[in-house]
Amino acid sequence: MSVPKLTIKDLHVAVEGKEILKGVNLEVKGGEIHAIMGPNGTGKSTLASALMGHPKYEVTSGTVTLDDQDLLEMAVDERARAGLFLAMQYPSEISGVTNSDFLRSAINAKRGEGNEISLMKFIRELDKKMELLEMDESFATRYLNEGFSGGEKKRNEILQMLMLQPRIAILDEIDSGLDIDALKVVAKGVNSMRSPEFGCLIITHYQRLLNYIKPDFVHVFMQGRIVKSGGPELAERLEAEGYDWVKEELGIEDEAANPTA
Amino acid sequence: MSVETTYPFDQQVITQLSQSLKEPDWLLADRLEALELATQLPLPKVEQTNISGWNFTNFKPYTEESPVQIDQLPDHVKSYLFDEKSGNLLVQKNSSVVFKQLADELAQKGIIFTDLTTASREHGDLVKKYLTQAVKKEEHRLAALNAALWTGGVFLYVPRNVEVEVPFQSLFWAAGENVGIHPHILIIADENSRVEFVANYVGDDLVSLNNSVIEVFVRQNAQVRVATINNMGKSAVEVIYRRALVDRDGKMEWIIGDLSEGRIISDNTSYLNGQGGTANVKAVALGVGKMRANITSNIHHFGTYTNSDIQARSVMKDEASSILNSITKIEKGASKSDGQQSGKVLMLNPKARGDANPILLIDENDVKAGHAASVGRIDPIQLYYLMSRGITKEQAEKLIIFGFLDQVISEIPSESLRQNIIHVIEGKFGA
Repeated sequence: MSVPKLTIKDLHVAVEGKEILKGVNLEVKGGEIHAIMGPNGTGKSTLASALMGHPKYEVTSGTVTLDDQDLLEMAVDERARAGLFLAMQYPSEISGVTNSDFLRSAINAKRGEGNEISLMKFIRELDKKMELLEMDESFATRYLNEGFSGGEKKRNEILQMLMLQPRIAILDEIDSGLDIDALKVVAKGVNSMRSPEFGCLIITHYQRLLNYIKPDFVHVFMQGRIVKSGGPELAERLEAEGYDWVKEELGIEDEAANPTA
Repeated sequence: MSVETTYPFDQQVITQLSQSLKEPDWLLADRLEALELATQLPLPKVEQTNISGWNFTNFKPYTEESPVQIDQLPDHVKSYLFDEKSGNLLVQKNSSVVFKQLADELAQKGIIFTDLTTASREHGDLVKKYLTQAVKKEEHRLAALNAALWTGGVFLYVPRNVEVEVPFQSLFWAAGENVGIHPHILIIADENSRVEFVANYVGDDLVSLNNSVIEVFVRQNAQVRVATINNMGKSAVEVIYRRALVDRDGKMEWIIGDLSEGRIISDNTSYLNGQGGTANVKAVALGVGKMRANITSNIHHFGTYTNSDIQARSVMKDEASSILNSITKIEKGASKSDGQQSGKVLMLNPKARGDANPILLIDENDVKAGHAASVGRIDPIQLYYLMSRGITKEQAEKLIIFGFLDQVISEIPSESLRQNIIHVIEGKFGA
């Protein structure tokens, strides 16, 4: 298999007519882990949702390609089948659909008709991944995210990633609301995916997660774009000193004056 | 004031019909009286649905058919049956019962399972005692019409202390231009008995009318489960009045799949007359095309310590429209009773319509009652979430819809019945 490559060029995105992303440029390749850090309300999650194709977000200009295919031309499900995955900050709850039925539908959607995964193989895979993530067996038969705690939902997102084996995964604040034990489990799951055929974009407020998932690149996100990039040492400096020095360096006046979701 | 309703048939047609079937005289008299009522009585009062323009008069009242073997049934009809080799089974095509089968060992236990015409000849006293006593011909025009015109039908009698494990099955198959069918099912579960009965109604797009009645008598401490799956074609008006009278400690369970595509009046009503009786309803409706449905689940609590639960779900696609009425009535004196209900509608298209009417009528203080009702559309964010995992929009909608129905479908106790309802629903989405 070829090495995956997600290329974002000068991406502009609006929500309800208001521009949130103002020219994002980024390339994520297989074997790389990128972290995007930044204060609240700067558009980090908007980037994640826009890449997946959330109906609320409107791409106004720019291009995104996945393995040289035009991602923005694709419907949400086509993006997923092309190998993109988004671990969502707030996953939906779907009553009456069990986790395992859902996962099997998703796997088979990708494999295509006539090539469905055998039930035995599916169960074996699911058991294995659930064990890795220290999830109770009952998760398989519970309704999708219904009544799950915040931490359970995050773990379930990672389970889906492990089962679907995407080429490029975006983790949108996968660490928020997790205690340290759950955080380690989630990191274990992500690290198990590491390979030249897997690229990952981690969106977070906190440097903490990056102690367990070592990023190759760290980007600072402010005012709807990446304003600074560096290696893992950048995350450590942000954790120690906050964002003020970045603002100062770049002459950014007041980030909080423009709060958005 | 009232205008007489006219039909393209008269007393003479009914008299000839009754005589050719060698029915007892009382039955003919009954039918003629019912025909008279059918010309005079008004249509039933149906909440929030105007049925005055529906065709209840123009149809062929009698279409005779020859007996068939099960193997000769077309696949789309046969698919409704399970264990058809060994099962206790009755098949009616149009006006004629074309196949019936009852296991010897059940006949030896005193169980009667035959068509209603035969029963009226062979077990006249029993039939006369119960026929049209739950759904009375005096109630409205359509009940009278069924009483005047029923043919074939089912009579099931389960004697005291007899419990039957395997369900009895009946299949009503209507086919042909302007055909009207009037099946009538009469079930008597005597004291301490237990029985399960499945009725399937299938029809093609040419059929005009299915005007059905199901009467169930649940005697003391008996348990009865009746499941009906209706799947008539686009042109048909379908009227189905199901009614159970439940005596002390009796238990009635309705499982209802309204999957027809024309115009539908579907009513299930249970009277909890004795102390400690129970009635449960699980109703699923799926509307496609221009289906119009008025679906009512109705429980009357008369006895003390009676329990009921209504779970109704309706999914409306295309331009379909349904009214889901759930009525729990607890009469004065029915103390310590508990009536619960939940009615939910999911609309899939902008032109689909639905309404859920929760109706609690409580005339007694010392009771428990609760209701839930909702009408909504598929949440686009849920759809986005499922699609973000590679599931196509069509498949994602299907998952959400079956998830919506799961609370009812997963509770259906018979695996084969459950599978068949799922199969029919899936077929409607394939179209």
